[in-house]
Amino acid sequence: MPRLRRDETTSVRFTLNGEAVSRRADPRMLLSDFLRHECGATGTHVGCEHGVCGACTIRIDGTMARACLTLAVQVEGAEIETVEGLAPEPGRLSVLQDAFRRHHALQCGFCTAGILMSLDTLFSDEPEADEVRIRDVLGGHLCRCTGYEPIVRAALDAVSRLRSGKTNV
Amino acid sequence: MKPALFDYVRADSLDEALDVLAAEQGDARVLAGGQSLLPMLSMRLARPRVVVDIGRIPGLDVIEAAKDVLVVPAGLRQATLLVHPGLERSHPLLAAALPWVGHAQTRARGTVCGSVAHADPSGELPLCLVALGGSVRLASKRGRRSVDAREFFTGLMSTDRREDEMIEALAFPGAKREAGYAFREFGRRHGDFAIVSVAAIVTAVAIEISVGGVNDVPARRVWPRLDGSALDDALNTLAWELDARDDIHADQRLRRDLVRSLGRSTIAEASRCLA
Amino acid sequence: MGVGFAAESGRHTGMSRLRVEDAALLSGSGQFIDDLAKPARLAHAAILRSSEPHALIRSIDVAKARALPGVHAVVTGEDVRSLSSPLVVGVKLPMECWPIAVDRVRYVGEPVAIVVAADRYVAEDGLDLIEIDYEPLPAVVTPHAALDRVNPPLHEAIGTNLVNERRFSYGDPETAFAAAAHRITVSVAYPRNAVTPIETYGVIAQYDPHAGTYDVTANFQGPFSIHAVLSRALKVPGNRLRLRTPPDSGGSFGVKQGVFPYIVLVSLAARIAGQPVKWIEDRLEHLTASVSATNRLVTLEAAVEADGLITALSWDQVEDVGAYLRAPEPATLYRMHGNMTGAYAIPNVAIRNRVVVTNKTPTGLNRGFGGPQVYFALERLTAKIAAELSLDPVAVIRRNLIPSDAFPYRTATGGLYDSGDYAGALDIALRNGRYQELLARRDAMRAQGRLYGIGHAAVVEPSVSNMGYVSTVMTPAERAKAGPKNGAQATATVALDPVGSVSVHVASVPQGQGHRTVLGQVVADVLGIRPEDVQVVTELDTARDAWSIASGNYASRFAPAVAGTAKLAAERIRDKLAAIAAGQINVRPDEVIFEGGRALARHNPDNAIPFARLAAMSHWAPATVGGGEVQALRETVYWTPPQLAAPDSEDHVNSSLCHGFIFDFCGVEIDRETGRIVVDRYVTMHDCGTILHPAMVDGQVRGGFANAIGAALYEEYAYDSDGAFLAGTFADYLVPTVAEVPAPEILHFETASPFTPLGAKGVGEGNCMSTPAALANAVSDALGVGIERLPMTPAMIRAICGGAEPARPVSAEAPANSPEPVIAGRGLTGSGAAEFAVSQQELWNTLLDPDTLAGIIPGCHSVTRVADTHFRADVTLGVGPVKGRYTVDVELSNLVEPASAILSGTARGALGSGSGRGHVWLEATGAGTRLSYEYEARVGGKVAAVGGRLLDGAARMVIGQFFKALGRQARKASGQAGNAGWLARLFGGTR
Repeated sequence: MPRLRRDETTSVRFTLNGEAVSRRADPRMLLSDFLRHECGATGTHVGCEHGVCGACTIRIDGTMARACLTLAVQVEGAEIETVEGLAPEPGRLSVLQDAFRRHHALQCGFCTAGILMSLDTLFSDEPEADEVRIRDVLGGHLCRCTGYEPIVRAALDAVSRLRSGKTNV
Repeated sequence: MKPALFDYVRADSLDEALDVLAAEQGDARVLAGGQSLLPMLSMRLARPRVVVDIGRIPGLDVIEAAKDVLVVPAGLRQATLLVHPGLERSHPLLAAALPWVGHAQTRARGTVCGSVAHADPSGELPLCLVALGGSVRLASKRGRRSVDAREFFTGLMSTDRREDEMIEALAFPGAKREAGYAFREFGRRHGDFAIVSVAAIVTAVAIEISVGGVNDVPARRVWPRLDGSALDDALNTLAWELDARDDIHADQRLRRDLVRSLGRSTIAEASRCLA
Repeated sequence: MGVGFAAESGRHTGMSRLRVEDAALLSGSGQFIDDLAKPARLAHAAILRSSEPHALIRSIDVAKARALPGVHAVVTGEDVRSLSSPLVVGVKLPMECWPIAVDRVRYVGEPVAIVVAADRYVAEDGLDLIEIDYEPLPAVVTPHAALDRVNPPLHEAIGTNLVNERRFSYGDPETAFAAAAHRITVSVAYPRNAVTPIETYGVIAQYDPHAGTYDVTANFQGPFSIHAVLSRALKVPGNRLRLRTPPDSGGSFGVKQGVFPYIVLVSLAARIAGQPVKWIEDRLEHLTASVSATNRLVTLEAAVEADGLITALSWDQVEDVGAYLRAPEPATLYRMHGNMTGAYAIPNVAIRNRVVVTNKTPTGLNRGFGGPQVYFALERLTAKIAAELSLDPVAVIRRNLIPSDAFPYRTATGGLYDSGDYAGALDIALRNGRYQELLARRDAMRAQGRLYGIGHAAVVEPSVSNMGYVSTVMTPAERAKAGPKNGAQATATVALDPVGSVSVHVASVPQGQGHRTVLGQVVADVLGIRPEDVQVVTELDTARDAWSIASGNYASRFAPAVAGTAKLAAERIRDKLAAIAAGQINVRPDEVIFEGGRALARHNPDNAIPFARLAAMSHWAPATVGGGEVQALRETVYWTPPQLAAPDSEDHVNSSLCHGFIFDFCGVEIDRETGRIVVDRYVTMHDCGTILHPAMVDGQVRGGFANAIGAALYEEYAYDSDGAFLAGTFADYLVPTVAEVPAPEILHFETASPFTPLGAKGVGEGNCMSTPAALANAVSDALGVGIERLPMTPAMIRAICGGAEPARPVSAEAPANSPEPVIAGRGLTGSGAAEFAVSQQELWNTLLDPDTLAGIIPGCHSVTRVADTHFRADVTLGVGPVKGRYTVDVELSNLVEPASAILSGTARGALGSGSGRGHVWLEATGAGTRLSYEYEARVGGKVAAVGGRLLDGAARMVIGQFFKALGRQARKASGQAGNAGWLARLFGGTR
């Protein structure tokens, strides 16, 4: 039973987008701050820090999660995936990312990382996800630019391409 | 919006967690899914001395189903319960209410017991637990005790849990064969706190109605199989008895209106299920 | 339309190309302000904010915060006053507008102190240690209250909360009203709201004490006229305030104009701390205190002929700008001044404009900026005219539209509408939007007994603001004295490098509008190259880049002004290249055309020179080119439209350059039982001139529409009647999600603007103006009752359609002896009574004995006596996990021993503050003593803003606990034992 004192940092070891990472954190450090400022993974954005806006949504051990509602020390040993890990390789985009681009499903791009992580998780968990499921999951995100409709269309396009075995571009 | 300082304990066993709770005299908070606790920490509304993480305790996420009772342990996530095989048959009320709990992203992390421990008056899970006559199993170094859900919620975000106790599990009684179940909720937006939520259980002889979001704790009434104007009168009496209040999302009048209308439609739906 | 135009000419402009911005944003490699590489020795700031709506600051004690390890500096209003000047106020007034409170706070959330520390966590720890002693003053919360001279002035030197009033008359409104067949009036209130970008404000500042220069990076959006306000506040010449913007900005919608006071604060914090300082606003700060649209009361009267023709309008507007008239206010009130007749030909207009200050967050830019306030009144009025005169609402709109042959059209108030065919656009909207179907649907729905309504709105959407319009707030004489302000300078630079590739820079700051994509298209078309061969840089650096006061991304000026100026800059460089090419391919310059990456002879396409070679030439062979003015290297164009003149001596003002047209109609259904409004169909027709990128235009329309759904149905920066702020989280300030935003049907009509280089007009703000009005009209049509305020909440709708409420049954009366207070209304008031098995005197002694108070005040750590009847307690109060430590002051007065007393108290702590006043009566009964009480209380600060739901529960719980302990203590004092069952029954078992 490790007890971490309030004013001490400890080494948190986990995998970030498949790579082993170790950085120090004190007990109160939020995972959102930890990823962005200690690990340099600034693609995950912070919009409200109380779990409503969804901008900081990432994947922890395969399930979607708000990074702002998680302590860094909680993810010891966990597998963390963020928007930086979505593309198959530098210079290419995943099917979902490409659909967002084609459907103009982003404008300022600030909320986008969280939305991509939620949809990417949904599509891997439920390849048959329909519009109702997509809308339900998107309900956990706020976007001020797009009015959401292009996001829904991009998601539907992506899931149908994924179902038909289309590969990344 | 960053938490104040606290010590962090990652408990490897329930005993370890209970040791900390006993030692801290009410100055420790249990961290399970964190979906209610973390906003409170970040806003510094809650400033515990110690946060006890129970997320790594083995076995705390395994559902026990025994004798029609679903025993939900402290580590079980809401999303996991939602896809529990046969839930719609065994616990139709939970199956209907769970999609209303937060968002998919918070359900993926948030625990069922955490939601009950948080005791938000608008919470769907406390309402279900009260409606179904479930119970809360509390553990402490002093031992274990079980509290009837209807005794457990004592006020706004306040429960009968003592400072050295944690919720070890919840027991949700299974569906009675000769009963219809329904859940309905009205909120301003998708995923919002309920302005009014209603759970109804209808049998051949009785209507059990439980209402959340209006009072500090879920309110429950048991009536004979009223209908027509007798049911309207009963709902109206309930609406007024609940002492609704104004806030920025709804006024007293709307809340009373919703108790009457949502109450009627939820009871009707439960009656249809029974038939 | 747009697509066709582009396709026919084979060009890129007008095509929906993939955005060049997207790949980076989709991969998580955007460069938002909090993503930028950190300067060495960077410290972090957190801001302590006022929990009080209105109070004098008696003292600020920062000693404990300064002593906290990791804290580098603590900055207060005194420091700011000593190092800077107040922010310039746009109207001549004795009002000091500081970016931080000095000696008085005027709104909840106003900065009071800044802690600079090693990281944000420690900085917030420091905030907890600052002690502020406030002397509360009565709060002025509503515009009505501000107009009431009984209430105290926020700014004593002004002496009144009505800080500006102007009356205007255009044409002959008196005669028109006297002659009118009908006079029809609406009185409406537009609420406080804002489009809350998902990225909050951020500032990184450094100060060089040797050079006396500030170097600031902020996600500011312009207008850069504010740069002048900033350098003046920081007391440096403009060239010693280097202001830069990061490459990406997470949305603004006008709101990030409001970061500017924090540029001053963080700059000063960096100077005082002696190291670079970063401040990233958090969401609580943003919702509470960033910026809001103005709330406005409008009474609008029309003189109307029998056929619905409006011959005159009379506007009475009361604009609530919050606690300060912060730059550029009162711009919200005057932005629409040239458009006060909307899309209609109304020759006579009277306007009375009043600006008031209240104890609320200062206002500023927000998508729509003045338009939502104006059109909510104007389009509710046209609908009301139709309803009152039993006319078809579309007929009333059509009857009043500016005739299609009247463009350019000069409005009564001075606006010059560039182009349009409003009737033509309206007809196409009705046809292509299947309006007849909607009418039939309403009939069918109503036949089923359902509540269904149709609403419309016709709107002129202004874009490219005249920098002089705000001066309409001054009288002509004052303006003459101040000197002219006008125009709308836009700048763009096109540069060629030594390998002949093309770069573009503009002084605009994109927040998601795809500037780089569109500029690539526009410049590529001019130079005959591929858009992907053009590199566009849009971050701005005032020390290096070409800019002017109108620079920035606001007033929908990108497409009409900025992209147009980039076209002019590209043309200038193209013309020079043509002259150089002419010498190379031996044709006249006017025979050179640019196509397919080559410069070629118009009549002999084989006679060509590759573009890159031509473009590199002025670097490698300037002597060959001719040097001097002839060479083509880098061209910067400053463009301002001549139509944007200063207001004239009769207060006519062309407040904007371009005027798009929108006609919306919609069908809504109302759920009678819940009051929920369901938008069944929404059709929006836009004429935004020439369309440069159809997908982006539709994106702007959809985004604005979604924001308008929020304003119409969900969002409000709500304040309690005592000035407490109530919408501090995203669970309280309700931004629509995907479930709340229907997809509008978007239609287009294009009449190119003759005033802009590309024929484009702005398009991003129109639905914020039209949609709330159209929805309110539809709801009014469904209910048969006119909607007069927003947002249209279920409670508001249900109050209209719910009918008489079933009476409270006798059996449901509240129990008379409940020790729990009954909470009525939004404020906290309550009363209760309890019986005690002790004598009246014993209970009195207990209640008023300071030594026993410590034992009975819930969570009390200690009580000290400040004066005979004044006690100070240190208590921990809380509900469930929400606990905070407070200093509670209790004063006793009106003591009538042993029968009654008045207790007044205040509580202060990190979570906020509260104050209350209670009257207590003791009355002997047969069994003992009956204690009854009444109280009223108010709670402010963070707890009010984020936990409105917690408040009354907390009050009840604390009071319940207090009386429970009182009973226990009284019994102890009277020497009684036992009777626990009775007490437990009384206090423990009520719920």
